[in-house]
Amino acid sequence: MSPMLRDIGLLALGVTLLLLALTVFGERLRKRRDQPDPSVEMFMTRVDSWWAMVVLFTLAMLIGPFAVVLLFAIASFAALREFYTYSARSRADHLSLALAFYLILPAQFLFILFGATQLFVVFIPVYVFLLLPFVSVLRGSTNRFLSRVAEMQWGLMIGVFCLSHLPALMWLELPGETGRGMLLIAFLVLVVQAGDLVDFYMGRRVGRTRIVAGLSSKTWEGAAWGVAAAAVLGLILGWITPFGPPAAAGMAAMASVCGQAGNLILRAIKHDRGLRDWSNLIPGQGGFLDQLDSVIFAAPAFYYLTRLWWLA
Amino acid sequence: MIRRMTPSPFPRRLAARVVGQAIVLFARAITAAQADWRGVGPSARQRVYFANHVSNADMPMIWSVLPHHLRLRTRPVAAADYWLSNGLRAFAGRDVFQAVLIDRRPDARTDDPMAAIVEALEAGASLIIFPEGLRNQGPEPLKPFRSGLFNIATARPEVELVPTWIANLNSVMPKGEVIPLPLMVRVIFGEPVTLGDGEGRQDFLKRAAAALLALKPEDRT
Repeated sequence: MSPMLRDIGLLALGVTLLLLALTVFGERLRKRRDQPDPSVEMFMTRVDSWWAMVVLFTLAMLIGPFAVVLLFAIASFAALREFYTYSARSRADHLSLALAFYLILPAQFLFILFGATQLFVVFIPVYVFLLLPFVSVLRGSTNRFLSRVAEMQWGLMIGVFCLSHLPALMWLELPGETGRGMLLIAFLVLVVQAGDLVDFYMGRRVGRTRIVAGLSSKTWEGAAWGVAAAAVLGLILGWITPFGPPAAAGMAAMASVCGQAGNLILRAIKHDRGLRDWSNLIPGQGGFLDQLDSVIFAAPAFYYLTRLWWLA
Repeated sequence: MIRRMTPSPFPRRLAARVVGQAIVLFARAITAAQADWRGVGPSARQRVYFANHVSNADMPMIWSVLPHHLRLRTRPVAAADYWLSNGLRAFAGRDVFQAVLIDRRPDARTDDPMAAIVEALEAGASLIIFPEGLRNQGPEPLKPFRSGLFNIATARPEVELVPTWIANLNSVMPKGEVIPLPLMVRVIFGEPVTLGDGEGRQDFLKRAAAALLALKPEDRT
């Protein structure tokens, strides 16, 4: 067995045990209540969707880079669809939006699949940013033009560009260590999600000071517990990263901070649009953007910091 | 008028099922089409779903979001001159959707369209109808209803008349565009409308239209 396969196996085993523990914990909370408690039910649906994510992601890792990229491309398609359903647009943007879905999104993920690093980091922020509004302007409608093209670009940045940095992590590896980059994806997703979960749970128990009153029930206390939990998990999982344990804890804490900030940013957009969730495609969870919000914001920071500091 | 008297041969029925499933899959993959059962649940009661009509994809969209067991017994009422215009459409209309095909041109038709509708209801089918008649391509959200809905309410008072609003489909494929945009579409089912005692044709049609329009989500953008 190759060390890579062994590490995937160990990681999958660890995560399975953790999810089992969470499932048992949730079931016991459920038993102790006389009637269904909404927060316990929400916790349980989260755990359930994690089971699905872990199974899908483990399978994709075992199949290889193509499956990993495809998995994230599908998630990206769903996220972009959720964003554009509620974004400012007009009939004149029809072709630009079609290009975003059917050309730009697949192109970005193909660049990642073929490891075209120089291309994928500039394609959307530079070329698409400059050229896509031109497609809209050709249709002649200038009504709210800046809002329309700004929201179009924002959707691509969040739903495609930032999200695509997750599968891009798989190419961050030392020469001769093929395949280990994929474990970095698992590392990032795990520490960020663990931070979110602890923030959610501890925020309810010890949270006092709301970060943004009137927008979210997120508290500074809960957020601090979340970042700390991410750091501890980062320390534990340090062996699958190239950073070494203390640096792994630092990277995990940084990712969790970015993720929690991203959660609030996307919540502000939802609040403005009068939405509770982007969609209800993931049962009991909301939409893809709701599920991935923190990971989307953490991925680019994690990717570039790793590249700058460790591959330099 | 087309009656489904003789069952079609097995290969044709199989093909119709496969195509039907493909349409459902396609609608879900592109638009994530979802049903919002706001006023009624998905039950096996006999119903007439009456919906707003902005695009040719309206009917397949409602058909796709219905649970499979309800879809099997729900037949759209559709225009014969459109659905019989070529072989492929005739296959889709008759075999896949099992549409109740009626002729929209009063001068050309030989059968009474209401008779076909009542016959389908008597056979136990639920129906999908578009009381605006032609597709609405104007600026107003809903055109005045034609009389069909009132006639159904009079002829078969026990059938539930469910207002059905299709939201956002117009942005998926506005008139004149060729590529459908993958935006999320919702089909909202409201509370059934019943004909009041001695309620007149126009009053009832206005009330039904208002019940349908009340389901329309706010425009945010």
